[in-house]
Parts: sequence; structure tokens; C-alpha cells
Amino acid sequence: MSFFHRLRLLAAGLALAAAVPTALAKDVTLLNVSYDPTRELYADFNKAFAAHWKAKTGHNVTVRQSHGGSGRQARSVIDGLDADVVTLALAYDIDELHAKAKLLPADWQKRLPKNSSPYTSTIVFLVRKGNPKGIKDWDDLVKPGIAVVTPNPKTSGGARWNYLAAWGYALKKPGGNEAKAREFVTALFRNVPVLDSGARGALTTFTERGIGDVFLSWENEAFLAVKELGPDKFDIVVPSVSILAEPPVTVVDKVVDRKGTREVATAYLEFLYSPQGQDIAGRHYYRPIDPAAAKKYASQFTKVSLFTIDEVFGGWTQAQTAHFNDGGIFDQIFTRR
Amino acid sequence: MSAIPLNTPVASAPPAHRRATDESPWVRWALIGVALGFLTLFLFIPLVTVFVEALRKGWEVAAAAVVEPDARAAIQLTLLTAAIAVPLNLVFGVAAAWAIAKFDFRGKNVLLTLIDLPFSVSPVIAGLIYVLVFGLQGWFGEWLRDHDLKVIFAVPGIVLATVFVTFPFVARELIPLMQAQGQEQEEAARVLGASGWQIFWRVTLPNVKWALLYGVILCNARAFGEFGAVSVVSGHIRGETNTMPLHIEILYNEYQFAAAFAVASLLAMLALVTLVLKFLVEQRVKGEKTLAQDGR
Amino acid sequence: MVFSRLLLKRHSVLPGFDLALGFTLLYLSLVVLIPLSAAFLKTFTLTWGAFWEAVSSPRVVASYRLTFGASLAAALVNAVFGFIVAWVLVRYHFTGKRVVDALVDLPFALPTAVAGIALTALYAQNGWIGQWLPFKVAFTPLGVFVALTFIGLPFVVRTVQPVLEDLHQELEEAAATLGANRWQTFSRVILPIVAPALLTGFALAFARALGEYGSVIFIAGNMPMISEITPLLIVTKLEQYDYAGATAIAVVMLVAAFALLLIINLLQAWARRRQGQVS
Repeated sequence: MSFFHRLRLLAAGLALAAAVPTALAKDVTLLNVSYDPTRELYADFNKAFAAHWKAKTGHNVTVRQSHGGSGRQARSVIDGLDADVVTLALAYDIDELHAKAKLLPADWQKRLPKNSSPYTSTIVFLVRKGNPKGIKDWDDLVKPGIAVVTPNPKTSGGARWNYLAAWGYALKKPGGNEAKAREFVTALFRNVPVLDSGARGALTTFTERGIGDVFLSWENEAFLAVKELGPDKFDIVVPSVSILAEPPVTVVDKVVDRKGTREVATAYLEFLYSPQGQDIAGRHYYRPIDPAAAKKYASQFTKVSLFTIDEVFGGWTQAQTAHFNDGGIFDQIFTRR
Repeated sequence: MSAIPLNTPVASAPPAHRRATDESPWVRWALIGVALGFLTLFLFIPLVTVFVEALRKGWEVAAAAVVEPDARAAIQLTLLTAAIAVPLNLVFGVAAAWAIAKFDFRGKNVLLTLIDLPFSVSPVIAGLIYVLVFGLQGWFGEWLRDHDLKVIFAVPGIVLATVFVTFPFVARELIPLMQAQGQEQEEAARVLGASGWQIFWRVTLPNVKWALLYGVILCNARAFGEFGAVSVVSGHIRGETNTMPLHIEILYNEYQFAAAFAVASLLAMLALVTLVLKFLVEQRVKGEKTLAQDGR
Repeated sequence: MVFSRLLLKRHSVLPGFDLALGFTLLYLSLVVLIPLSAAFLKTFTLTWGAFWEAVSSPRVVASYRLTFGASLAAALVNAVFGFIVAWVLVRYHFTGKRVVDALVDLPFALPTAVAGIALTALYAQNGWIGQWLPFKVAFTPLGVFVALTFIGLPFVVRTVQPVLEDLHQELEEAAATLGANRWQTFSRVILPIVAPALLTGFALAFARALGEYGSVIFIAGNMPMISEITPLLIVTKLEQYDYAGATAIAVVMLVAAFALLLIINLLQAWARRRQGQVS
């Protein structure tokens, strides 16, 4: 055989040899549509899951991310964004996926442990270093001259947790009732100078643009801000009482059934509950639900008295309808400030 | 009609004796000062800011921001979008200009206004209408999903939104020029036996090549930089449906300001290149226009 | 064949009319007209009452005030200063004039998002310019005004420049020989000639500012009732699944935009007649 003939044979053989293992390993892509603050969490988690899945099944999985205000993300999925899993800020946004587009069953939240929330968080205050305005608790937020930064409850999940936490605090105060709570939240929003559409945008406004004295924040965002932007710039103040925020996760049935990715997607979410997943969550300042991980990260979280949305508001649907839908209490408060 | 030839640019030669038609020097310098001050405040400083902020954390951070995989994907998507949108609008612009400039027909003004429409529509609305048409809750959403075709939240949607926003650029450059040039040369060619395509390639096109290029440059610049319309239809899937402007927004939202400005400075440099090209081509376009006006 | 017979006003020997017009109309319909009609059709699903409520609720009206108000202000500022810039570029000489002339087009070429973050960085409380100002610019309506001035800048300059360039010196010289001082020459001879172009540029800047999103969204405060622009309100409604509400507001903006476009085209036709060209 001529030299070139041999060369060609060799090349063909190599190509064939290279093709064989790749033909056996499947490549799967998942889309995780998430809310704003989870960018860093899922960057880490996706790497861990890819390694785990490869070790377990030999297949390659790539998880693509999309982030934005929770309400906005839900709307995108309803409009056709092909999410295999959604990991949003609150259950109501996922309920809408069922109500508006039948993308998953009505009882989706029961499918995974703890209301499908592998980690929880709460609302805390982020203040400037040294806390120059002396903000200790919710009542300090409505004092005149205090500028409070929060995102827009109409588009941001975090903002809705903020609002409900404030409302719940006022309700639980001795002598608190619905009218007093409404007054309190109205006074709070009178002190808000700017509304971003997502939690991350609002945090940027507070930290980079120097607006506001206090930022109502997801706990994990507050920690992240301090870590990323300098512990010498900000302090975290944990109020006396706050709301238990459960950001839920689920597969989007219609999408995974059509794409054939149900197995991987379910495994992806279940991995969030695994010791490794819980550890990653804790590392990113989310409160893990697994007792071992919770113990490990207990020192970084402050104990705070938490109420749930069910006990104070009767669940998300009630809260959303009463407060955040068009013409609801937030609209009335805001128009009349 | 005038003693001064039309194609002598008034501004390039220093004025000789124009005392009666000159302002006093202090008025002149005051006006120059005001003009430059205005431009500095609203134009130069913002431009410089982009580069200064990009380099705030140093060269390496800026460079790293640009070669990072999501950034590269964004750059590729931006280039791809422009590569599809600009030729499409180019063909359209030429066809529209041919029909409008070389023929006299009813409804011409209506057509002209319609072509200008995308110019005055807010980019957000441009995105919204495509969601209404191709989104899952829209006209074709179900059909598209059943056939596993993706328009919204995928590249085709982004291309469509970009096509809409850059729709009139080429046409707007060609139409006035071709109108000024009239039909005589083409009719002469026809009389001499040229076919339609021959007339087009050999008579019309060479006459408008610089205006065409000008329109393409403008169209391209806008296609690269479109934000609002693409933001609505994109889905913001990292590494997949984020164009450069959207990627900048993402970086901005992740406290990576230097990185955001680094990618922004890429676009700013592109803008400067566009300006240089514009400047170079503009002289030729002016030449084409003057020829058209004089030659009639 | 069809188009030629129906529409041509006079017979033409040039070929390609049907093909060119047919393709033009098809492309125009597919890309522009049919999608735009989706907005109107969606709005028609609302009753008059619902439509009126959607477009006239206090928050929406506040956004109109901001959007139209800031756009108008920005267009006015651009009209005045843009004219001065055009005058200076055409009439005077100074070093670097060509560079300045080329840079005037920067807002055309620079992506809106880039402009947005740059302006925000500049005018925030801790920004280069913002720190020297006793009042807040970023995140207030003033910030919106600044962004809109930036993006409208080239329109007036570029529409006025050609007219100024073509201005015959003889007219000014004649006025001077008849005893007019410089200001009179300017206000009574030059300005009327430039007026159509100036108005056109103003209208273009205004129209562009109305719809602007990318450069404003970073610097606006997005506070409902105070610093929320109408395009943002459309996006917000969209994110709340209120498609009909979003399209209702979009329809209002579209109608305003069409009206402006009509005015601009009329102005341009007037300008062309003034200049002695056949339109």
C-alpha cells in the first residue's frame, strides 16, 4: 500500500475509534429557568451535578441557565421558553404555569419533600457599614428620612417576600391588625426611591449606585453582597421577626415529556436534596433543610423567629390575589403615596 | 442659477472676506464653546466612561471578560443575527427603492410611510408583537411547539426582532438618491436592449453603490446594538440566546461592572469603526448625490 | 402584471415593477404589518371600558407624562443645541472639527444598552458628573431626560447641516447690503430657510425618544408614578400576564408614533418644496 493509502486508513480508523465511545455516551441539555439571585448557586450546582451524572450513568449533561425576576421568568415559560425545570422564588409563580398553560399538574408541590423547597431563605436588611442610621428592626424602616431599596413586587419574587414580611411583622405586633399593617407597608413604600424589576437589579442600585440606607434583601443575597463587594462596606441586620421564604423547584411536565428528559430533570432536582446539593446550598448562604448540612452551616445564619405565608396569609394564592394582582393592595398603596 | 458652484463645500475652505456676513469673533467662539461643551457633556464623556470603567480592574479582567464562554457565545449570536438581518433588509431595501424610485404609482406615499414605521415603533413593542404571534399563547405557538420549531426564546425570534428594528435603514438611504437619479439612464439602457437584470447590475447599482454601503453600515450598527426588542423575545438563556447587549446587562446585574463595560467597550469600538466607515463612505455618497443633481 | 395594471400611473418601459413591488409588499407584510396587527387584534379583545381603564389608569398616565414630557424636553434641547452644533460645524473652523463631526453620529452607532450603563455610571451620586451636582440625576426623571438627549442628539444636527451647507451666501450678503445686522440676517433670512429642516429634526428626535428603552432603563428610577417610562410599563404588564393591558398601552404608543411619522413626512415634503426639489 502507498503511504497515503495507509494514512487514510489510519485516519478512518482513528475517527471510527473516536466515534464509538461518543456514540455510546448520550448528551443531554437541560434548561433551568430560575429567579434572579441564584446565579452563583446554580453555576456551582450544575458543575457538581454534571460530574455526578457522568459518574452515575456515563452520560454528559449540560444545564443551561436563565435568570430574571421570578414573575418575568414564569411568564416566559408560559410564552414558550422550554424549561425542563423551573426553580423560582415562590410557589404562586409556578402555580401560574399550571393555571395559564397547563404545563404541569396542580399538585406539583407535593412531589418533592418540604413543599418542593430544597432550601429556604428569609428576608434580612443590608445596611451600610457601621449602620449609620441605626436600623435595627422593621419599625426603623418607616422613620422619615430613611431610604429603603426593594425591587418591584409586581415583577420580583423577592420583593413580594419583602412586602409580606413587612406586612406580617406589623400584623404580629401587639395591637396589630389589617389596617395597621396596611398603614405600615404604605409608610414603608413611601420611603422607597427606586423600584427595580429584579432582586439583583435592586441590589446593584443599593450597592453600586449608592442609593438608599437599607436594602430589603434575600438573606443569601445579603451574604453574597457582603462577600463580593466587601465586608468593609456593608453590614447585615437581622430583624426580630421575618418570613420563611420557600423558593420551590419542579420539573415542567409538558416540556420534559416532549423532550424525553424527565429522568435527568428529576434526578437534577433530587440532587438538590442530596448531601452534596445541600452542602452547595449552604455554601451559597441558603438555609439547607437537611439536618446535617443545617448543623454544619448553623453558625453563619442568625436565629430569627420566622412565620410562614400559610399561617399569616392563608397561602400564596390568597396573598397574590389580595395584594399583588392588578388593583390589589400594593397598587392601591402605591398609587396613593 | 447661482454663481457659487453647488458642489463646493462651504465649510472646508477658510472664508475669505465675509465681514458683512460674519459674526463677531467673540460670538463665534462663544458658539463654538457652547457647541463643544454640549457635545462634551452628552457625547464625549459617556464614550470615554465606557473605556475607563472597562479598565478599572485592569487589562486582564477586561480581556478575560471578553473571552469567557458566555461572552463568546453572545458575540457569536450577535454576529450571526446581523449576518442574517442585514442581507435580508438589504434585498428588501433594493427592491423597495427600485419600485418606488423608478416607477410612478398610486399609493407610493402610503408605502413610504409604511416602510418608515419600524423607525417610530418602540423596540419593546417590536418584541411584544412577535411574542403575540409566535409565543405559546399566541397565534402560531401551539403549531410551532407541535412541530418542535422554536421561534420565540430562540435564535429565529431574535433575528426577526432585529430585522424589524433595522427594517428601513437601507431603503431610506437608497430611495432619495434613486429618486434624485431618475429613470433616464435606465430607460436609455432599455432602449439599447438591456434586460432587467442587466439594467440593474450595470446601470442602477453602480450609481448607488456608496449609498447602499452607507445603508448597510447603519443597518449593521443598529443590528449589533439592539437591546429592547431582543430583550423581550430572548429568554435570556446564558450561552444560547443572549446577544452582546443582553450579556452586558447580565454582567451588570452580577456586580461584574468592569466585565460589563469591557464587553460594552467592544461594542463601543465597533461603533467607532462604524463611524469611521460612515465618514469615509459619506464623501462618496455626497459625490453620487451631486452628480445626480447636476446631471439632470 | 397585476400591480402594473392596477397601480402604475403611466406606462414604463423598465421591467421588474411587479417583482420588486410584490416582494416589497410581501416582506413588509410578513415582517411589519402582520405582527403589528397582532397588537391591535389583541387589544380588540378588550371592551371599550376595559381598554379605557387600561390606558388611563393613574400609573399609566403618569408614565405618559414622563415619556412624552422628557422626550419633548430632550427634543427641544437637541433642537437648540443641535442647531448650534450644526452651525458651528458648517460655518466655523477649529482643530479637530472633522473628528467632532464624525462623532456626532455616535448615538446612532452605539448600542443603547452601552449608552445606558455609561450614562448611569456618570450621573449616579458617586459618578464623575453626578458627584459635582447638588441634585440627583440618575434614577430621577432628570436622568431619563439626559439619556433621551443623548440618543436624539444626531437627528437635528444631521437634518440641519445639509440645509446650512446649501445656504447661498448671496442671501446673507443681500440682507447685509440692505442694512440688516447679523442678528436680523439670522432671524429673518437664515432661520426661516432652516426652519423646516429644524422642525423635521426636532420631530425625529422626539419620535425616537418616545420609544427609547435600552438607554433609559438603566438610568430611570422605575418608580411607578414618578420615573417609570411607558415602554417599561408595557414590559411590566407583560410580565404580569396582562397581555391585553400591555397591547392596549402599546396601541396608544403606536398611534402616537404613526401620527408623528405622518407629521414628519409632511414636514419633509414641505422642506423639499421649500428647497425647490420635486418630491
